[in-house]
Order: sequence, then structure tokens, then C-alpha cells
Amino acid sequence: MGKFNKTGKKEMPALNTSSLPDLIFTLLFFFMITTTMREVSLKVQFQVPQGTELEKLEKKSLVTFIYIGKPTPEFRKKMGSESRIQLNDKFAEVADIFDYINQERNNMKESDQPFMTVSLKVDKETKMGIVTDVKQALRQAYALKINYSAAKRQ
Amino acid sequence: MARGKKKVPDINSSSTADIAFLLLIFFLITTSMDTDQGLARRLPPPPEQDQQKPEDKDFNKRNVLQILINKNNQLMVGGEIMDVKQLREKTIEFIDNPNNDPTLPQKKAKHIDLLGDCEITDQHIISLQNDRGTSYEAYIEVQNELVAAYNVLRNRLAKSKFGKEYEECTPDQQKAVRQYYPQRISEAEPKNYGGK
Repeated sequence: MGKFNKTGKKEMPALNTSSLPDLIFTLLFFFMITTTMREVSLKVQFQVPQGTELEKLEKKSLVTFIYIGKPTPEFRKKMGSESRIQLNDKFAEVADIFDYINQERNNMKESDQPFMTVSLKVDKETKMGIVTDVKQALRQAYALKINYSAAKRQ
Repeated sequence: MARGKKKVPDINSSSTADIAFLLLIFFLITTSMDTDQGLARRLPPPPEQDQQKPEDKDFNKRNVLQILINKNNQLMVGGEIMDVKQLREKTIEFIDNPNNDPTLPQKKAKHIDLLGDCEITDQHIISLQNDRGTSYEAYIEVQNELVAAYNVLRNRLAKSKFGKEYEECTPDQQKAVRQYYPQRISEAEPKNYGGK
């Protein structure tokens, strides 16, 4: 295999890296456009159930999120391992939902208010009791458009 | 002492890539890519205080398909125990009532734009009731099957009438199909079944 032996004293030419920043910038812009900022830090763990007949949630600005799941390990000691509700950045009770929804609704533009959607991100192990309570609270608050968050089944 | 014409040295730009990398990684961490998907539902408005139970309205028994999920995630559909896999078929049969079966929902003549006069079961109601101990996963699975049943029917109708899938139809066509198969799922007030 003499053909491939590097017997000569030829040096490898240096790779031209002057376009590398441009490449990375392109990647950067791609991610900046396709992704959204994470707004809340999650204090509950959840794994959403799977479904096949899903619809996409449009217009992020119209969507309010409610998270339900087991507290993450660092909060277990304080909150126990029962399913909990998280609104914005803190744990909450069912009774807080009414005020939360009204507050969120007031933050919206008036023209958008009728289109407000509440997305329920609920862990699949959760019992329906707590979900039902949340649903009743949402009804009281007149937040009738809801969306059960789910992942696409492969 | 600078004498004569000295060339301005190039700025060393070899670290620009690193800076861009740092930015990239920062954005990768702080953002999330997930496009949110889910099952869209509409809740009924809250009951009025002075109003008694509205459910006493005399619904014809044949028009109601009752689905119960107990705390062990077992399913009972219209009086028989059933597996989730059979639910879609059963629901389709219930909504469509192809043979005008007297035990399945009543058919009514109605005029729909684009589709003309047709016989539809617009009185049917699917009543879903769950226990407080039902797992959310089982509940969503049932919801998913119900939506799937409607989608199958709507697609079938759109295919035969307009020659394309429901999703690809024009808004007017979709509206007509929706009128033919209106989605009527009712979630009853929560109850406790089978003890704690």
C-alpha cells in the first residue's frame, strides 16, 4: 500500500475555518426562530399521555398553562409525593385557579379574551379526581376552551 | 515609531466561532422546541345557581351512549364491559346508525348546504363519566378514541361527497361535514363510583 504511505515531507494544509462562524450563526438563527422561550421552571414532573387524534395549539399568546404532576425530587420533602398543581412558578391549590385564570385573562388584549385556551399538561399517572376539580374550577372561571396536552403516538 | 505605510493587522477572528457556539448552546438550553399538541375540548358553562339539574331533560334512551370508566380503568359502554380497542368501532356504529336500527340514535331529515337533504343522527349524545380514581391516561385514551371515531366518519363522508380528506376540504365543505356529524360529547358531573 505504498500509495497511501506518507513518505514525503508534505505538511497537511490548514483547514480554512473562516466560514465556521457563519455556519454556526445560521444554526443559531434557525434555533432562535423555531423554538420558544421556556417561561416557567417546572416544579412538577409530568409525562403527557399519548394520542393519535391531536390538534396543534396555535397562537402561544392565547394559551395559559396548568401543570399537574408529582413534585420534582427537590420539592418532595416539602410537598410530599402526591400530585400537585403548578400555576406559573409556584404550587397552587384548586381554589387559586379561579383568580389565576381571571388574572391571565385581564393581561390579554380585549379582542383576544374570547379565544383564551387553557392547556392542561397533566402527568399520565394522575388520578382523575384532581383533574375533575380543576375542570370544575375552569368552568366556574368561564375558561371553557381547554386542551389536554398529549404526545403523538408513534 | 511608525514609519511609512504600515499595514493594519487583521483582527484575529478565530474565536468568533466559539462565541457563536456559546450563544447557540445558550439558546438550545433556554428554549423548547415542542410544538404543543393536544385534544381540544369545550367545557359546558357552569350551572346557574337557582337552576336545578339540567340533565333531567327527557333524552330518549336510544340517543344516549353511556361510557363509564371506573377506578380500575375498566370501561363500560352502553351496559357492556368493553376494551378500549373496541370502543372506536362501537362509537362509529352508534353515531352513524347505518341500518336505522331502532336501538341506535334517531335519524332526522335535515337540509344541509352542499350536501342536500339527508338523514342524520343529530340528537345523539355520548355521555362520558369517570371515577375520581380513574387514571388520566385511561381517560385520555377514551377521549382519543371518541375523537377518532368522529374523524373516521367525517373523513369517510368527505371522501364520498367531495373526493378528498376532511382536512383538505374548503371551510364551507368542512362546515357541512361537521353539521352532518356534530360532535356531541358530554362530560357528566363527577361522581364517586365503587367506593374509595
